[in-house]
Amino acid sequence: MSNTLILLIVLVIGVLGFFAGRARAMAAAGGDRRNLHSLPNYYGANTALNAIVPAGIALAVWLIVQPFVINNTVSGMIDQEAIAEGSSLGLIMSDVRRVAEGLDVAVAEGAMTEETAADMRTEFTDVRERLAEVGVALGSGVTSETLQAAQRYREMAWTGNWLKTLVVIAISIGGLALTWRLITRDYRARNVVEKGVLSVLILAASIAILTTVGIVFSLIFNTYEFFKLYPAADFFFGLNWSPSFSGRGQSSQLGILPLLWGTLYISLIALLVAVPIGLFSAIYLSEYASKSVRAIAKPMLEVLAGIPTIVYGLFALLTVGPLLVGVFGEGGALGVTWMSGGTAVMTAGLVMGMMLIPFVSSLSDDIINAVPQAMRDGSLGLGATHSETVRKVILPAALPGIVGAILLAASRAIGETMIVVLGAGAAARLSLNPFDAMTTVTAKIVSQLTGDSDFSSPVALVAFALGISLFVVTLGLNIFALYIVRKYREQYE
Amino acid sequence: MKDMIPVDRKMSTMQDSKISARGVQVYYGETHAIKDVSVEIADNTVTAFIGPSGCGKSTFLRCINRMNDTIDTARVMGDILIDGEDIYDPRVDPVQLRAKVGMVFQKPNPFPKSIYDNVAYGPKIHGLARNKADLDEIVEKSLRKAALWEEAKDRLDKPGTGLSGGQQQRLCIARAIATAPEVLLMDEPCSALDPIATAQVEELIDELRQSYSVVIVTHSMQQAARVSQKTAFFHLGNLVEYDDTDKIFTNPQDPRTESYISGRIG
Amino acid sequence: MTDAATDMPEKAPAQTAHGSLLSESPLMKKRNAAEARFKMYGIVAITFGLAFLIFLTFSILRNGIPAFTHTVVNVEFTLTQEQFDEAESKMLKTAAYTDIFVTNITETFQQDGLDVAFDADTIERLLGKVGGNLREFYRENPDQIGQPVTFELSAASRVERYLQGKLTRDMVVDGRFLEAADLDVVDAMVDAGIIGSAFDWNFITGTDTGVDNPGGAGIGVSVIGSFFMMLIVLLLSLPIGVAASIYLEEFAPKNRWTDLIEVNISNLAAVPSIVFGILGLAVFIQFAHLPQSAPLVGGLVLTLMTLPTIVISTRASLKSVPPSIRDAALGVGASKMQSVFHHVLPLAMPGILTGTIIGLAQALGETAPLLLIGMVGYVAREYPDGIASGLLDPNSAMPAQIYTWAARSDEAFFEKAWGGIIILMIFLLTMNIIAIILRRKFERRW
Repeated sequence: MSNTLILLIVLVIGVLGFFAGRARAMAAAGGDRRNLHSLPNYYGANTALNAIVPAGIALAVWLIVQPFVINNTVSGMIDQEAIAEGSSLGLIMSDVRRVAEGLDVAVAEGAMTEETAADMRTEFTDVRERLAEVGVALGSGVTSETLQAAQRYREMAWTGNWLKTLVVIAISIGGLALTWRLITRDYRARNVVEKGVLSVLILAASIAILTTVGIVFSLIFNTYEFFKLYPAADFFFGLNWSPSFSGRGQSSQLGILPLLWGTLYISLIALLVAVPIGLFSAIYLSEYASKSVRAIAKPMLEVLAGIPTIVYGLFALLTVGPLLVGVFGEGGALGVTWMSGGTAVMTAGLVMGMMLIPFVSSLSDDIINAVPQAMRDGSLGLGATHSETVRKVILPAALPGIVGAILLAASRAIGETMIVVLGAGAAARLSLNPFDAMTTVTAKIVSQLTGDSDFSSPVALVAFALGISLFVVTLGLNIFALYIVRKYREQYE
Repeated sequence: MKDMIPVDRKMSTMQDSKISARGVQVYYGETHAIKDVSVEIADNTVTAFIGPSGCGKSTFLRCINRMNDTIDTARVMGDILIDGEDIYDPRVDPVQLRAKVGMVFQKPNPFPKSIYDNVAYGPKIHGLARNKADLDEIVEKSLRKAALWEEAKDRLDKPGTGLSGGQQQRLCIARAIATAPEVLLMDEPCSALDPIATAQVEELIDELRQSYSVVIVTHSMQQAARVSQKTAFFHLGNLVEYDDTDKIFTNPQDPRTESYISGRIG
Repeated sequence: MTDAATDMPEKAPAQTAHGSLLSESPLMKKRNAAEARFKMYGIVAITFGLAFLIFLTFSILRNGIPAFTHTVVNVEFTLTQEQFDEAESKMLKTAAYTDIFVTNITETFQQDGLDVAFDADTIERLLGKVGGNLREFYRENPDQIGQPVTFELSAASRVERYLQGKLTRDMVVDGRFLEAADLDVVDAMVDAGIIGSAFDWNFITGTDTGVDNPGGAGIGVSVIGSFFMMLIVLLLSLPIGVAASIYLEEFAPKNRWTDLIEVNISNLAAVPSIVFGILGLAVFIQFAHLPQSAPLVGGLVLTLMTLPTIVISTRASLKSVPPSIRDAALGVGASKMQSVFHHVLPLAMPGILTGTIIGLAQALGETAPLLLIGMVGYVAREYPDGIASGLLDPNSAMPAQIYTWAARSDEAFFEKAWGGIIILMIFLLTMNIIAIILRRKFERRW
């Protein structure tokens, strides 16, 4: 029975439970709802929830556990020695699953009876051909072992599915019956329902934690796999980045330092653009601008923050890059040959800086506005000019907050992907020339993981090690920056 | 009125008026906050502005050093002259004016800097000290004048925000007098302080009279009686009565003043 | 006014430390110059920012608008019954139609005094499979036989680039796609006034093409892909985000666990999007074996990315509902849960919706995570045929499609990428405007 159908049945039981619970409550109250502790609907909801939720959880757990159990049993049937060169248990298991699915399709289409599928032997039938007839293509011939494993797989899946159906529906009915029996006039249905709702709320809030755990685990697990294949010291201190896709990537040199250098160099240029412009814009808007200028300029600047990074990336690649080549490249306006191609550290850095302007300016604006008016009055009252007030009183007072904002912007710059993928180039190199093409951690994560990635080679797995480095660096920056900003806010609250 | 301290109210030390306001009108947007106020304020005198909340006394005070300029909607009309010069003359730089007319605010607002830097801020921006020794001297003198030196001399590099409320307010006074102003405006300087701190600040105000023309806005009639020689009573934006302090408190001419003094309005 | 001293001299220079207020001291001059300079820096900074915005907008529009038009050849054509019967009786029926078409064009040229030699192959290179199109039209509309019909035939992308001046004669290498001599025909068509440009609906509704046909590429399928992803994001992140916010804002006790959740959420909001892509790849594809390039997976990844944004804005709007409302509800005997769901939540709803729309707009433009879950190599050639197929079959999404086009070596695709950006920006703009209107309309000051 399909999972959707089971779920549907459970839902129907739940709806029945709602009416049953409600009816029982009304009966217990002698038909007068004022005699009840809670509103009648709460009794119904309580019954329905108890019929649906535990059954639903059981179904979910079953769905996760069953494949593991079956996989373990079936893979036990395969002789470790029999695994051919260049193959692995994982590959054979995926063959087994394909064959099993193929048999399912064949039976469903009536090309095979259930018995034939279960008793078929490779010695007597060409399984590959029979399956090809129903449109299931297999890569290679089916060995007897695989077929047997597949048949066992089907058998277990079939038993498992029936058991699952029975257990889930039984739990559902059980939940309904138990609750129904509990209902009396004084039963506190509302409190129970509210507890249920509260746990749903808690569950939702925990998803944030789950996401982080998911990120950390998927990174750590794959990074661990990577370090089994490639020495960690070479990764962290290697000065060369030259992945080689031949020979399962064994001859690759995967040092993170050139990527890290590219990342930091581009981020530095971005910050050199964004911080002065953003900060001065914020100062002007919060201290000098008239209301009408502020009402126009502030949202206009913030539009920059709403533009997707792919747009900036394309802009870097197709507009800014060629423009810079026209100035700094061969035959350019300056007559220098510093720049050979449109993709360069400068290209990506400039565009990224532009992207970060509103980020710096709106954060700084908030922070400058949080400096109490009394500070301004105090300084102006002493005969300071406006700019002296800003430079000597407001900025020093706001400094921690502004540093926090700049750190957040830096973390943004380090984690930015699309601009560098399109604008910075693909070559990893340690160079000081800002007009050279360089690449970054994020750009390499993308290039190592797109395309036909085989998750067992170091060339693909290195992306996870890069990912974890990126995650740790940005997380550190963020935590530190948020801590500073929060401290700063508390100071004036 | 038993707590009235008899202070020297002889007007013999008084010279010509330091500040003279003629027909001053202030609007906040549509609101007419000050209606045709004319007043002469003497040098080396403490002048108190009293009146119920919202009567315009603080607004008028802020006109004297053009702090109202920082509020977009405020419009000031009429003349205010200091030493015979119209401070609303287009040639007057409000920044220069404020160096001459210091201000102490309702809530102590020391900058988040050290005590030393708080006091040195004004002299630095106005270029009053030729060297570090000069600056040290100004800071010490100002802190002594503000009666804070003894308490603060060992912690000059500690943040000014770490002081108690009364000390902070005296620090703000020291900060204001460090720029060597001629007029000191005080906007309810004691409203955020406890009685002991208030007494210290009041004592200080009385001493400051020797060197400055002090204008103080206060909510407390007792305070006005204790520290000032002249008192102006504001009501609904009008200057109702302006006279010697003891005359205002013992023999007010206007029935509104009398009602306020005796606690019937306010 | 007792001691009025009105007799004091008006213009007497004040004998004080400060000098006259009416003259500016040299120091003051310097300070005022510094003031003006400082203010100037601010103006320059703002101008820079705004100039950049204008430059960006200009670049997008200038490069992108050509993607919405394509070059077409308008030919008035009359097919007689005899020609139809004759062509239908031949072995190579479409070739016969092409021949008739060639004759027709040649006549048009001769009327204008133009003499260019060309054959059916030229027409095929310039205009595609014209014969097939003609035959299909007349077979479906037999009543049009004998009537003059105007055909709008789209020209090959190379023709378009030749007309735009991006392709010059000396760049042409004779080959399967174009021969230098073909350009004479194009010139003749220009002289005859039958070539022009028309709005290209195919760009908006069409599907992506392979690398050899930039002219025919459209963004329609990836718009649908984006739509399905946004559907997932909306359906998951709104309820989960609101539930999480309600818990954190209204019920959570102050303890380590809730502190941890709070710190977590604010940090997740700043985690680089590419990391979410890695998460999606590892968890949804590697571990859960969900299909690659599927909008379902994209939607799930973007949901996780959008959740922190929605939680942060929802909490802000819950916080803005004054406590007096909660007290009032509790005061008439409602439970805490009832007070939240009956009173606080409805009042906070406009703010929540605004936040959600802005979160969705962010998710719509996000590219990096989509690259990792396989949305980039895929050529979106087909519309999905239903909801399940829309969610599970491989598809592209608008930003991923733009990236795909930008990464192709044929420069003709760049124009499509810019055009795609215009469409993407129109969607984003619309969403943001809706959010602004919602905020204006329901904004409440307590």
